[in-house]
Amino acid sequence: MESPAVEIIDLVKRYGRTTAIDGLTLAAGRGAVTAILGPNGAGKTSTIEICEGFRRPDGGTVRVLGLPPTRPELRARVGVMLQAGGVPPAARCGEWLRLMSRFHARPLDPAALLERLGMTEHARTPYRRLSGGQQQRVSLAAAVIGRPELVFLDEPTAGLDPQARHACWDLVADLRTAGVSVVLTTHHMDEAERLSDHVVIIDHGGVVAEGTPSALTGAERQLRFRARPGLSLDELLAALPSGSTAKESPSGHYIVEGQVGPELLATVTTWCAAEGVTAADLSIERRTLEDVFLELTGRELR
Amino acid sequence: MTTLDLTPAPGAAPLPRMVLAQAGAEIKSTLRNGEQLLLTLIIPVLLLVGFSTTSLVNIGRGSRVAFIAPGVIALAVMSTAFTGQAIATGFERRYGVLKRLGASPLSRSGLMLAKTLAVIAVEVVQVVVIGAVALALGWRPAGSPLAALVLILLGTAAFSGLGLLMAGTLRAEATLAGANLVYLVLLGCGGVIFPLTAFPAAVEPVLRLLPISALTGGLRSVLTDGAALPLGAVAILAAWAAVSLALASRTFRWE
Repeated sequence: MESPAVEIIDLVKRYGRTTAIDGLTLAAGRGAVTAILGPNGAGKTSTIEICEGFRRPDGGTVRVLGLPPTRPELRARVGVMLQAGGVPPAARCGEWLRLMSRFHARPLDPAALLERLGMTEHARTPYRRLSGGQQQRVSLAAAVIGRPELVFLDEPTAGLDPQARHACWDLVADLRTAGVSVVLTTHHMDEAERLSDHVVIIDHGGVVAEGTPSALTGAERQLRFRARPGLSLDELLAALPSGSTAKESPSGHYIVEGQVGPELLATVTTWCAAEGVTAADLSIERRTLEDVFLELTGRELR
Repeated sequence: MTTLDLTPAPGAAPLPRMVLAQAGAEIKSTLRNGEQLLLTLIIPVLLLVGFSTTSLVNIGRGSRVAFIAPGVIALAVMSTAFTGQAIATGFERRYGVLKRLGASPLSRSGLMLAKTLAVIAVEVVQVVVIGAVALALGWRPAGSPLAALVLILLGTAAFSGLGLLMAGTLRAEATLAGANLVYLVLLGCGGVIFPLTAFPAAVEPVLRLLPISALTGGLRSVLTDGAALPLGAVAILAAWAAVSLALASRTFRWE
């Protein structure tokens, strides 16, 4: 059987007395997009940099395309986008991509790749004069130019404007279609939900939950509204069908989960009328990964 | 929109192609960088012309250009192999370029080979320009070009080792300041322009052990006096090269 793109078992990484990764286990499938999601300091970059061969683990096993991550032959098969930097500030981005392409046997055409990323007019611009979003696109281009089997993207859309973020998302979607395995880190929920086949939520150096975005968020929908803080929910809960929940989180924001439909909506509005409150911003939404994360860890993602 | 075939087709290019591509990029970035050009070509040529055509420094008897030209060639080697390489590599480390190249199919030894080729290529340009100016000023070099080449290569190894030792251990700003300071001190105390005999008798033997003094003195004895390969200078340069390269390879941090 073919090995997963990335397989991590009981990974441990310490920096001095701090344990950054504490027994982390995950697998990223071939040809799939796997998002490693977590707040800053959760251990995302440490994990990905161990897979890239930049850092050595203090414990556990890591296999990339079935091989130890420091094996030299992986450098041709794996594309890497660092979280920041990696390009000489004075280098013209077209020249930098041409240089990177010469390290590979069957590279993409640098000019075509720049065009695909909307960067043609900047081919002769030194890297330091590009905007943050343009710099990210150059790094992304360098990660895929060698036609790798597996690509590691460390926060590929951090600090990007919406247009640049969409350009990045489109390319990731195309990589997936072409059969490339992608492992990316992010702390953007929407990015993980939208792009990935598999989401691994990590916090404090360990896996908190994993699964497909829809499995994690569940089929459940929720009804949200704002009202005066501190309302007693007892009567509402009594009126709701069994299996439903209602809570106030944060103060003044109410969330009702269950079989969200016309009946439930009617129950809630009736209760509001009885309490003499006007519900504002009433909406029906799907649970987001953000909600899942908050539930699992008790903290906000950002 | 152009369609790109993103289907995996991985593979490393042949090593010589990778090394030549990287060396070419390094040469281009050196020749394009104003400060590097100032350091590697403009200052040496100005020193050559200035001190050959005026009597600012007492060099004793003999042709002024015959004394100055070998010193300026040694200075040019130091400026490229040590100062320029230390600063460029220090900033490559700081900007994550070394890290990123570490994830490319170009191996670390391939990268070092490319850097060495780039340094040698820039030195060829320097020797041609400085030699041409010196010839125009009336320089008539004596001695074996092969002996001069051996000295220059050993000097390049010694200065590269020292430059990479700094670049791989210090912060980029510290390397920038330190490499320029060392350049100035060695320019002043290494017999490049001012003869070592001008220094107090107690200091002179110590100064003779500096790599720049060995290179300057060695080139001068070959190119000016027509002597055979000076073994003393060869030994000093080889020792500096061995120690600095060994230390650099042990201590170099890529991030």
